[in-house]
Amino acid sequence: MKKSGAEILIESLVREKVKDIFGYPGGVVLDIFDRLFDSNIRLIFVRHEQGGVHAADGYARASGKPGVALVTSGPGATNTVTGIATAYMDSIPLVVLTGQVPTGMIGNDAFQEADIIGITRPCTKHSYLVRDVKDLARTIKEAFYVATTGRPGPVVIDLPKDMLQSRTEPHYPEKAHIPSYNPTYKGHIKQIRRAASMIAKAERPVILIGGGVIASNAAAEVQKLATHTQTPVASTLMGLGGFPGTHPLFLGMLGMHGTYRANMAVSDTDLIVALGARFDDRVTGKLDEFAPGAKILQVDIDPTSISKNVHAHLPVVGDVKNVLRDLLPHLKEIKTGWKSRHTPWLNQIREWQETYPLAYKQGKREIKPQFVIEKINEITGGDCIISTEVGQNQMWAAQYFKYTKPRTLLTSGGLGTMGYGFPAAIGAQVAFPDKLVIDIAGDGSIQMNIQEMMTAVQYRLPVKIAILNNQFLGMVRQWQQLFYNKRYSSTCLTCSPDFVKLAEAYGAVGLRATKPHEVVPTLEKAFSLPHPVLMDFRVSREENVYPMVPAGASIKNMLLA
Amino acid sequence: MRHTISVLVANKFGVLSRVSGLFSGRGFNIDSLTVAETQDPSVSRMTIVTRGDEQIIEQITKQLNKLVDVIKVSDLTGVNFIDRELVLIKVQATAENRAELLGIVDIFRCKVVDVSSRSYTLEATGDAGKIQAVIEILRPLGIKELVRTGKVAIGRDGRTG
Repeated sequence: MKKSGAEILIESLVREKVKDIFGYPGGVVLDIFDRLFDSNIRLIFVRHEQGGVHAADGYARASGKPGVALVTSGPGATNTVTGIATAYMDSIPLVVLTGQVPTGMIGNDAFQEADIIGITRPCTKHSYLVRDVKDLARTIKEAFYVATTGRPGPVVIDLPKDMLQSRTEPHYPEKAHIPSYNPTYKGHIKQIRRAASMIAKAERPVILIGGGVIASNAAAEVQKLATHTQTPVASTLMGLGGFPGTHPLFLGMLGMHGTYRANMAVSDTDLIVALGARFDDRVTGKLDEFAPGAKILQVDIDPTSISKNVHAHLPVVGDVKNVLRDLLPHLKEIKTGWKSRHTPWLNQIREWQETYPLAYKQGKREIKPQFVIEKINEITGGDCIISTEVGQNQMWAAQYFKYTKPRTLLTSGGLGTMGYGFPAAIGAQVAFPDKLVIDIAGDGSIQMNIQEMMTAVQYRLPVKIAILNNQFLGMVRQWQQLFYNKRYSSTCLTCSPDFVKLAEAYGAVGLRATKPHEVVPTLEKAFSLPHPVLMDFRVSREENVYPMVPAGASIKNMLLA
Repeated sequence: MRHTISVLVANKFGVLSRVSGLFSGRGFNIDSLTVAETQDPSVSRMTIVTRGDEQIIEQITKQLNKLVDVIKVSDLTGVNFIDRELVLIKVQATAENRAELLGIVDIFRCKVVDVSSRSYTLEATGDAGKIQAVIEILRPLGIKELVRTGKVAIGRDGRTG
């Protein structure tokens, strides 16, 4: 029986096991919304397309399943660009369905027309413009396959209105067949053997985990590697949760706002075992002085990430989980007595830790932002999903919360997108309705997608927002203080809404804490309520994130206070 | 160093812009780029001449390989390959230089493909060295217009697929 493109689309999504879509309607996608009305797929009607894509992204990061967003043509599509670029930089599997004007009108500057394939080309893993309704089912199959395999990423499918309305006999392929696309999952066995002997020879090794560990669900294997070989583990921002933050071998995050011990260890190591980490500039600092005495063993599923910034002495192309599974037996074979060999190194690291632990001073008068995060960690026991905005809030959330499980930190690492955290938290809450989901926010970032309060209220998503409100764009202000002679140009946010009243205006709960003793009761109250709650923590205005490596300096040169 | 990279791509909508966008987006140079169908109409061949040190060329080939529509990438530089380029050159023709012009045509095995009262249009085919030589020798005679196809290349004896 012939079906319309819109019907075929919905059926294809059902076959991909899509349960939730984040969307915003418009003229050319009316047929899809009409069909969704009767389908079992839940459409979460967001209040801005950017929020919709971030929500789909948060859904994907928290669940490991691809996130799906649906928007109309023109402005609907262009509003998704920041969300798509955010997902692309952090390798998050998304399928973004954009409406398009009818094929006959493409290129004519039609009403609400935008060349979204062209606009998003540099920030998508792949994209499709459907030009024949017969290709629709196959295209959707391919898009999900490309988005979720290899190094994951966002895929855009542009759907002209006539493709949704014209009818054909649908054929749903069981499998995607793309001869030109063959990601490498298994590591080369010779390279893996070499890797094992390289690890066995090292005296001061460090494992460096990145987002690839989360994407390949390799946390258990990483832990086996670390504990078996008694090797300390440093993490990038994207890798947090890939190794328990409470483990004695954990060094914390490295890089610009990394811990003293992580940065010192990486600077002094003779072997970095990089697992799904791409040596971003925020991680390496000054490249010439990064890990000067170290050999680099780099495991990554994406060959372009290997030796891009830092030369890899031994590259292994493959999925981290697979490679580690193949590597571990070799390691067990070639050597014993790891612990005694690494004891001096681990002692050295302990000394670094004792010299400069992460620290702040909580007095009686002002709330320290770090204190709020430590209390969130204590009250929840680490059992929650944290999303962050971007800036100081993000760095403190990375430093002071102990992530013990993968997929519990949702943060825009690569693109650094302010306004990401709140809609991402909504997405995570949709995926896990019973989990506690908390957005750690700044007073600047939260205003970038505050409109999604309405989405949280409408769908009764009990997301919690903890604003570390210092009435500044804190991170930019910190740079101005340190490098621009305290000239606070356009970073002062004393002119802001009353966040408690704002929450109430949306029908959510607003709470405020201004004194340190109010922090715990405020958090406890918020976590006990089955509603979306916005907490306005008035924190020390000029608190800085330390350690800090000035831009372009070696990560050994940290400002410590 | 100059590299000639041969890229097999699926002959799909937008593939050229994916490749050229990759070069511009990542700051790689393109000296020339040619593209056309192969014996299999579903597959096209691109020949890209680019420049960069070893690390940049490695990134270029890896990034090209990463594109979903790219089937195969071969860096021909350093392997045994044949390259050709076709150039059309419109040269000022005067009573004084006509004989010299035709002499050059003869020596370089060019063809005269169009003649007017004021100009000759020549077609020359050859590798990069020959094309450069033709252009240099004609330059003093007055080149009015010059169009090059860019390089196409093929490996010898099945060196490239």
